[in-house]
Amino acid sequence: MLTMIGKRLMFAVPSLIGVVIVTFLLTRALPGDPAAYFAGPAATKEAVEQIRKKLGLDKPLIEQFFRYANDLAHGDFGNSLTTGQPVATEIRNRLPASAELTLLGLFVSVAIAIPLGVLAATRPGSWIDHLCRVTTTAGVSLPVFFTGLVLVYVFYFRLGWSPAPLGRLDVFYSAPPTVTGFYLIDTLIARDLEAFRSALSQLILPATTLAIFSLAPIARMTRASMLAVLASEFVRTARASGLSPATVIVTYAFRNAMLPVITTLSMVFSFLLGANVLVEKVFAWPGIGSYAVEALISSDFAPVQGFVLTMAVMYVLLNLIIDILYGVIDPRVRLEG
Amino acid sequence: MTAQPLLDVQDLTVEFTTRRGIVKAVQHVNISVAKGETLAIVGESGSGKSVTSYAVMRILDRAGKIAEGSVMFSGIDVKAATEDQMRDLRGREVSMIFQNPRAALNPIRKVGDQIEDVLRTHVQQAQVADHGEKAIEALEQVKIARPRERYHAYPFELSGGMCQRVVIALALACNPQLLIADEPTTGLDVTTQKAVMDLIVELTKRRAMSTILITHDLGLAAAYCDRVVVMEKGRVVETATAADIFANPQHPYTKKLMRATPRLGVSLRDLLPEEESRAAMAGLDPAIHHTSQDPSQLTDPRVKPGRDENPKPLLLVDKLVKEYPRQGATAVLGKLFGRKPPVEPDMFRAVDGISFAIGHGESVGLVGESGCGKSTTSMMVMRLLDQTSGLIQFDGEDIGGIQPAAFARLPQRSRIQMVFQDPTDSLNPRFTAARAIADPIMQLGDIRGRDALRARCEELATMVGLPHNLLDRFPHQLSGGQKARVGIARAIALHPKLVILDEPTAALDVSVQAVVLNLLQDLKARLGMSYLFVSHDLNVVRLLCDRVIVMRTGRIVEEGSSEQVLGDPKDDYTKELLTAIPHPPLPIH
Repeated sequence: MLTMIGKRLMFAVPSLIGVVIVTFLLTRALPGDPAAYFAGPAATKEAVEQIRKKLGLDKPLIEQFFRYANDLAHGDFGNSLTTGQPVATEIRNRLPASAELTLLGLFVSVAIAIPLGVLAATRPGSWIDHLCRVTTTAGVSLPVFFTGLVLVYVFYFRLGWSPAPLGRLDVFYSAPPTVTGFYLIDTLIARDLEAFRSALSQLILPATTLAIFSLAPIARMTRASMLAVLASEFVRTARASGLSPATVIVTYAFRNAMLPVITTLSMVFSFLLGANVLVEKVFAWPGIGSYAVEALISSDFAPVQGFVLTMAVMYVLLNLIIDILYGVIDPRVRLEG
Repeated sequence: MTAQPLLDVQDLTVEFTTRRGIVKAVQHVNISVAKGETLAIVGESGSGKSVTSYAVMRILDRAGKIAEGSVMFSGIDVKAATEDQMRDLRGREVSMIFQNPRAALNPIRKVGDQIEDVLRTHVQQAQVADHGEKAIEALEQVKIARPRERYHAYPFELSGGMCQRVVIALALACNPQLLIADEPTTGLDVTTQKAVMDLIVELTKRRAMSTILITHDLGLAAAYCDRVVVMEKGRVVETATAADIFANPQHPYTKKLMRATPRLGVSLRDLLPEEESRAAMAGLDPAIHHTSQDPSQLTDPRVKPGRDENPKPLLLVDKLVKEYPRQGATAVLGKLFGRKPPVEPDMFRAVDGISFAIGHGESVGLVGESGCGKSTTSMMVMRLLDQTSGLIQFDGEDIGGIQPAAFARLPQRSRIQMVFQDPTDSLNPRFTAARAIADPIMQLGDIRGRDALRARCEELATMVGLPHNLLDRFPHQLSGGQKARVGIARAIALHPKLVILDEPTAALDVSVQAVVLNLLQDLKARLGMSYLFVSHDLNVVRLLCDRVIVMRTGRIVEEGSSEQVLGDPKDDYTKELLTAIPHPPLPIH
């Protein structure tokens, strides 16, 4: 098992190197001159040149790249030009906010989508099957920023049930001492139930937005995969042996049907990381998505590069987890390596 | 026979609700099975034999239901029983063995656990101390070596025959009174088939169980069953004891089935229904429409036209070897997951230095069980696979040195063609029959233009006996036999000299197989082709081939004329293969 994990991580190294090169080139290819941006609209040509020299942008591209790579190797992601903060620190502070939101969104969507898909597959043509179809169609047709805005309009502006969409905590509460970076967990550790409630109420709307978005592919895949497995011969064998419907559905059908669902799950997770950018904007969430967008608008290289690299590392880890899960569920995968 | 049968099916009609209305899959069927009796239900695909058994177990699809009639099992009305009662019956009183044992087992659950699931459902904890021990006992009874180890095996780690033993263990674990075996040995090798059937019979006889064997193979039914029920299109057409039905078949369909079953002492023509057979003998086969055929050639289908004109063989294979590396990762990971390390050498020889020749106009049978290397050999001759070493000479040219990827564009490609095993899977589902037949011509042929191409397709369709109005249909709109004809037309479209037939009739019903085999024989005589016929069915090989090569573990164990090898085998393995074939008790004339 350890060898497999090691091997998988080894395979990730070339793709990470590729990501470093591509993000570096992409940010350089972006329109906009950071030197001119920071010099301001009134700056003279000389002033812009001076800033350019200070940023190292006058050097040849290859030299800029090696300096960047060298810094990376020392754990230095560079400094943001707009805030002046080191990018590594910013990402470290903001990543838990994004992760908490994404994971909760994914958890909610899995908790709804998988039972929905299973029930729809076991009772084809019933009302729950139709419900599943309607939900999935609605889920894929609504873009996240739209669902997000509608939720804010209805639950905050009209009904007033949820707090203002302004960050992770209500202004009256202070952030709990950082243990995991997830406010839901940290507030519980600090036994601050008021803050926990506040954090949760802030999370509900954005997490729901993400859940609605990711519900559709998971429910649809669960249903299709369950239908295929339920029609398979080993399920017929199980039924012909008189096993109880619960055993047939859970032990025989569901575990087999999980394999494609897990693949979908990993894809959905990747989508969510992307969709985050918009949701964080709508809900003023202090995550890495909104951080990256702001940096991009101001041609601030370092945070964008840091963001893309962080995402790449997360994808690699995610895929590794999926592979391990596959091995746990399906004995055939273990042997194929 | 006891007065009250164990299973009594009266006037059973099963309906399926489909998009095109209600389909009656089974109509007014009467079947009864006495205690301890072994009954065979014989029929071709679509005869309703499987549906009947599913109705008995009440495991029909959602769309199917018992519309009429009654099913009584030892005093219980199956039609009226609640689902809970049925569940209690299934596996404990009636159990079932399915075709394709590997698919019938949960791929990601240990076989021992699967047997235990059944035991846990039906046997109270109080009665049995340890379900695990009982499961191992069940594995022991089906003669699985090292049952304690196999308990922890997953289905993919076991061979097909072994999987079928596990399925049998699963079915018999709770000592049911009735076992329904639905094509239990289809897809297994003959020797495995014999072992599995012997095992089923031995176990059921010892426990005084009743058995229903559902099969398309009359030989199998005759060899193992007391009574035979013949079904056609959802109806029972004949019921008789096994001895009677073979000595004196009553219904025309039974007679047709028997004629079509390849067996000892008959020629290819004898397989066809009588009137067609006579027509074929006279050179007027209605299915083929010969135009300029010398009738004398057809009286003896084994005539080899032009064979002696050219003393050089068409295909010469010398010391052909194909090695595959054993998977390194498997060994490493196998160790990590606590599996046995492989003890074999790192290279696995699928084909181990074989040499043979095929003459012009000759048909050679390549026979062996799964894994013997016969398919690998045919793939190398086809240039779909590169050999490790050895020589392949075709029509005097060395084609062994040509890379498989390059071969597809060479003119030699059109001279070696292939007919594949599965007529459905080997056709592109989005191509019409005409497009499928035209495909090789468009790639390699010299016919250009829509009309010329269409004319050639129609000509080929006539040759293989495919009505022209079917040419614009898609594969799913054609029957198995029609699809087989499309596959054959495609293979002969470029006037090949050698056609490799990879079990071309294995997926077909016997009556269709009889027609297709005759078609192949006629085409060979007419077009002067040579055949390399890859098959596991010795009876079919005997009928179609001049010479036979028997392979085992990558080597040739015996080679010679069909009469000699199959009539008087020298090698022990060939003898074993031959004795494993179940024979109907009496040949039909």
